Amino acid sequence: MNINNIKKQFPIFNNKVHNNDLVYLDSANSSQKPQMVVDRIYDFYTKEFSNVGRSVHYLAVAATNLYENTRIMMQKYINAKDPNEIVFTKGATEAINLVANTFGQKFLREGDEILLTELEHHSNYVPWHYLRKLKGVKINFAEINNDGEITIESIEKSITPKTKMIAITHLSNVTGAILPIKEITSLAHSKNIPILIDGCQGAPHLKLDMQDIDCDFYAISCHKMYGPTGLGVLYAKKKWLDTLPPYQGGGGMIREVKKEGISFGDLPNKYEAGTMATAQVIAFGESIKFLNQIGIENIEKHESELTKYGEEVLRKNNSVKLVGNPKNKGSVLSFTLDGIHAHDIATILDEDGVAIRAGHHCCQILHDKLGLSATARASLGVYNTKDDLDKLNESINKCKKIFDR
Amino acid sequence: MDLKELYQEIILDHGKNPRNLRKTENFNKDAKGHNPLCGDKVHIFLKIDENKNISDISFEGSGCAISMASASIMTDLMKEKKEKEVKELVEDFLQMIKESPEMKTKIITENEKTKLMSLSGVKQYPMRVKCATLAWHTLTSAMNNSQEETNTEKFD
Repeated sequence: MNINNIKKQFPIFNNKVHNNDLVYLDSANSSQKPQMVVDRIYDFYTKEFSNVGRSVHYLAVAATNLYENTRIMMQKYINAKDPNEIVFTKGATEAINLVANTFGQKFLREGDEILLTELEHHSNYVPWHYLRKLKGVKINFAEINNDGEITIESIEKSITPKTKMIAITHLSNVTGAILPIKEITSLAHSKNIPILIDGCQGAPHLKLDMQDIDCDFYAISCHKMYGPTGLGVLYAKKKWLDTLPPYQGGGGMIREVKKEGISFGDLPNKYEAGTMATAQVIAFGESIKFLNQIGIENIEKHESELTKYGEEVLRKNNSVKLVGNPKNKGSVLSFTLDGIHAHDIATILDEDGVAIRAGHHCCQILHDKLGLSATARASLGVYNTKDDLDKLNESINKCKKIFDR
Repeated sequence: MDLKELYQEIILDHGKNPRNLRKTENFNKDAKGHNPLCGDKVHIFLKIDENKNISDISFEGSGCAISMASASIMTDLMKEKKEKEVKELVEDFLQMIKESPEMKTKIITENEKTKLMSLSGVKQYPMRVKCATLAWHTLTSAMNNSQEETNTEKFD
């Protein structure tokens, strides 16, 4: 695959940042958008706009078909069994809140336990936290090892007879550790525990097969997959969506509404109350097309080579300390610099057009565990090159120069 | 934008070797401040004597060069100041960081003003303004005996 041709599809790279070419190393936060996704939003609003699923006029029918077509594309992309197992949400955060709320309501009682890991993003901790007060459930955290990984042993050790749900990340947004989610799912199921995977960092970078992984829930953030903001996907096995109560009430998710009571609609409408992010869903279809055109296997290979190169370059730089050393690592390079705070690093790099993230990356539990208040993070996407990582390294050296003078 | 203006020598000096980074013995006022966006933390300790003079001021904390330098320069400046003067200085400094081109107060020397003005480089970096103001807001909380942790997200 030709990265230059791929990069040309992203109009953002035509812009300069502080008179420099943009070196975008913040894709774990959000990815840039290819022209086809941007165009699709424009075209939909200018030529095809209508609300979906309500009216019978021409535009409404066409828009509904486009909207439902993305659901089918997504089903195929992650190899789910049934298109009704794809629920659109406003983001991965809402997807996890949906599960925590409805599963908690129906199945959790005082003293029940939920097992997370120390790697979790706040969006896979805070939604469960509400159940502490609401239901009196306890939250346990499987511990990381010295390399910043979660092993199957660490999960196994943390499961108790009271564990009623396991919710873990697919790929850490800080250490880059890729968790053995298929093995953990099989372990969870051997103990009759359902499992939710926070796939925010997994879905944009790794080949997904829901039937093979066999997890119960998988949460996806579309804006990290070269798609629009305001959109997420919850994959859930049909048995759960049939069993769990609705999450939000409103138009579109009901069958019959009487003064005495209400009956709810069928899937997928049951979980999609109100007017959904229609344009985003339709444009997200283009993101899936974009990923399919390149092929996720090729993306995996490209990003894995780049990650190894980035690790090499940064390891050679004596003042850089990489955070975590997982054997199976996604395209995330978190680091610290001796004597220079992450925010100062990010400000200095920005001057060179190098966009990274600094802070705790919504993982305070992990940073506390590592004894770090903040880290700098470079994360990769399909458009990155070795040149980007060389520029990162050059700018890091500039930080040292500024601070050592 | 100029990084050299943001990271002036005086900032790097105070950032790397913060003065008054300790805990005042027998302090009678204190407050904690936190910038949740970047994790900067500061805890200010004050000892105010019977004449309402600041006989000692110190801080503990961790954060970026800007936040540490700001706390360091601030604590240096506030020693031996009267409570009333502290309030005036805090207001004047925050005004300068927000919009005013210079400091108006007559309580401190031109030299001292220049030191504080070295923090004005953050004006061009809106995301970093809170790093420079955290210690100052926290000092106000300490003076007011506020029990609540100062949170930069609650200020403009």
